[in-house]
Amino acid sequence: MEDEQSFSDICGGRLALQRRYYSPSCREFCLSCPRLSLRSLTAVTCSVWLAAYGLFTLCENSMVLSAAIFITLVGLLGYLHFVKIDQETLLIIDSLGIQMTSSYASGKESTTFIEMSKVKDIVINEAIYMKVIYYLCILLKDPVEPQGVSQVVPVFQSAKPRLDCLIEVYRSCQEILAHQKATATGP
Amino acid sequence: MVLKAFFPTCCVSADSGLLVGRWVPEQSSAVVLAVVHFPFIPVQVKELLAQVQQVSRVGVTVLGTWCHHRQEPQESLGHFLEGLGAIFSHEPWLQLCRERDSKSWTCKATRRQTPTAAGEDQVLLIFYDQRKVLLSQLHPPAALPDRQAGDATPSARGLAVVFDTVARSETLFRSDRFDEGPVRLSHWQSEGVEASILVELLTRASGPVCLLLSWLLSLLSAVGSCWSRLRRHRGEQVCFWNRLKAVDPSSSHVPPKVGTGLSGSRSERSVPQLPRRPVEKPVRHVAEELQHLLQWLMGAPAGLKMNRALDQVLGRFFLYHIHLWISYVHLTSPFIERILWHVGFSACLGLTVAMSVLSDIIALLTFHIYCFYVYGARCAVLRAGGPPGGLYCLKICGLSSLWRLFRGKKWNVLRQRVDSCSYDLDQLFIGTLLFTILVFLLPTTALYYLVFTLLRLLVVAVQGLIHLLVDVINSLPLYSLGLRLCRPYRLAGSLPRRPADPPLSFQMQPLPYSRVVRVYRLPSCGCHPQHSWGSLCRKLFSGELIYPWRQRADKQD
Repeated sequence: MEDEQSFSDICGGRLALQRRYYSPSCREFCLSCPRLSLRSLTAVTCSVWLAAYGLFTLCENSMVLSAAIFITLVGLLGYLHFVKIDQETLLIIDSLGIQMTSSYASGKESTTFIEMSKVKDIVINEAIYMKVIYYLCILLKDPVEPQGVSQVVPVFQSAKPRLDCLIEVYRSCQEILAHQKATATGP
Repeated sequence: MVLKAFFPTCCVSADSGLLVGRWVPEQSSAVVLAVVHFPFIPVQVKELLAQVQQVSRVGVTVLGTWCHHRQEPQESLGHFLEGLGAIFSHEPWLQLCRERDSKSWTCKATRRQTPTAAGEDQVLLIFYDQRKVLLSQLHPPAALPDRQAGDATPSARGLAVVFDTVARSETLFRSDRFDEGPVRLSHWQSEGVEASILVELLTRASGPVCLLLSWLLSLLSAVGSCWSRLRRHRGEQVCFWNRLKAVDPSSSHVPPKVGTGLSGSRSERSVPQLPRRPVEKPVRHVAEELQHLLQWLMGAPAGLKMNRALDQVLGRFFLYHIHLWISYVHLTSPFIERILWHVGFSACLGLTVAMSVLSDIIALLTFHIYCFYVYGARCAVLRAGGPPGGLYCLKICGLSSLWRLFRGKKWNVLRQRVDSCSYDLDQLFIGTLLFTILVFLLPTTALYYLVFTLLRLLVVAVQGLIHLLVDVINSLPLYSLGLRLCRPYRLAGSLPRRPADPPLSFQMQPLPYSRVVRVYRLPSCGCHPQHSWGSLCRKLFSGELIYPWRQRADKQD
């Protein structure tokens, strides 16, 4: 079962949340970030090239221009491969674990998997930056102290959705976690 | 609870049979290791499993049945398979079934003895690549705190149980369905047997072949250099050293190869004929630069106005010192060159040895800078009033005590504190005079001290960089990095899953390079500087000497 809804992130950009329910114990949430806008790309390229042209008129060396082109290309490739995240996915499988995938604009994917035995809870936390921001995070169990929390792993860090989107994801995750806790304490 | 069944991808196309593997009750997961095909005799199957269990100490049992319908579904086979549940009793009994079109799978797990739970459990099927799991090692994502000894049982940590089970059950994989034994098994050895033998042979042969090639190459280079040396008078020694190194291969090939390259090039350069003087030229160059610097200081450096007389005295003193140093180097340069040429052979012991030797050579050649620094700044422990040493320090000493006199206080050596004291008029008069003189002469001395301290710090920085590089090279895990590059599945990090419609498959994500270096890092020598930046600045300001690699807290003159 699949459905798609659109939300907005904390800066006002549009996000698309796709929910897939593979089975009652396996759910996936996929947030697509806004794409690289042509306007910002053009603005950055033009400013870099204007600066290079200004330098060229000062020092009369054409290497400056070729260096500027090279820098723009390399910078764009590096940005697409290392910085720009297109999609973030959260996959919860009851009794196995939680997997977070980030796919970059160049196609690279980086995945993190957390086993269910280490997960204590999933909560929505508040942070005060210039304004109040909400973020979803996974609390991990502390092996030494049973009631403590050893680590807080934030989710959807580059998509940064607002509270309404987070509440949807939170509710689904809590259903699965509650089910998992009920069966874990059972036989 | 949801039952997790780990199924090897190599058995997806296998014929119907029995599922053999290990059941982990704490996590309610079943790790399937192989499929036993028909026809079989149950007694022989049980014998084989008992044998495997004894050798590998893994609880291998029959977990259930596997049914692969190649043609129309056969009802009789279904009943037959259910009947097998009575012969090999296991709780819960798994029944996996696959239809002709590969998309639909049926997974059932039945419990007979437990009356309270429902008759069937929900089964989550996960595929895994058996060969890769067999060969790889899982690295946990975070450093775990110290655990007690009882905790270290390998079967308890989540997904590591799958890796552990597969790795320890190698005896089960000895025979497969193409062998003529009593029991025919299907596992990772059964897929692509012919191709994998060739690949395996090639991979196993590649190690010794590479060693042989490198030995031949070094022998060839030794013979070549030996031939060219035989024409000159220093031939035999070089040949002997290179041959010796070539015959004795060491475990990590990078440093000796680089070392030989270095020592080879050195001998090329200093062999030819006499007046090359690789040592004297840079030393002379450095000395000339220092002379220019002193001339600049004796003038009006950076527009500052210095005290003429003191400036000239100090400048001439240091110039004479440099003159002595140059003559000394000129006298001893032939001997030094010979010594260095022989010491250069130690470079064949490795790159790190060569770099350490280089660092020591730099220290020796910049000895005069060290001397200048010591003249300018040397002092024993300030408060204890030991024999005064260098100029700047003397000044600071004098200034501080005269300043105290100015204010009417005195340093009490017994109590190690400042006490008030009443001075006579003539004491006060002379004290104030001396204080004024010292204050006005301070900029000159301070400038000389500053310049030489900076030079010394530069040399220390270069040496420190070389030491750091040596440390990094020594502690870099080259084998692990090479393994990560060539066989990434051997070092597994976290495990992502790909959900394709119902069955999940887990894939191993190779460990990132930074974690490989961090986990497999060799222990470094750990000689870090003892001082923090604050204490370093304080010492610089008061004129105490800096010994960067002193380990103990007490310092001597």
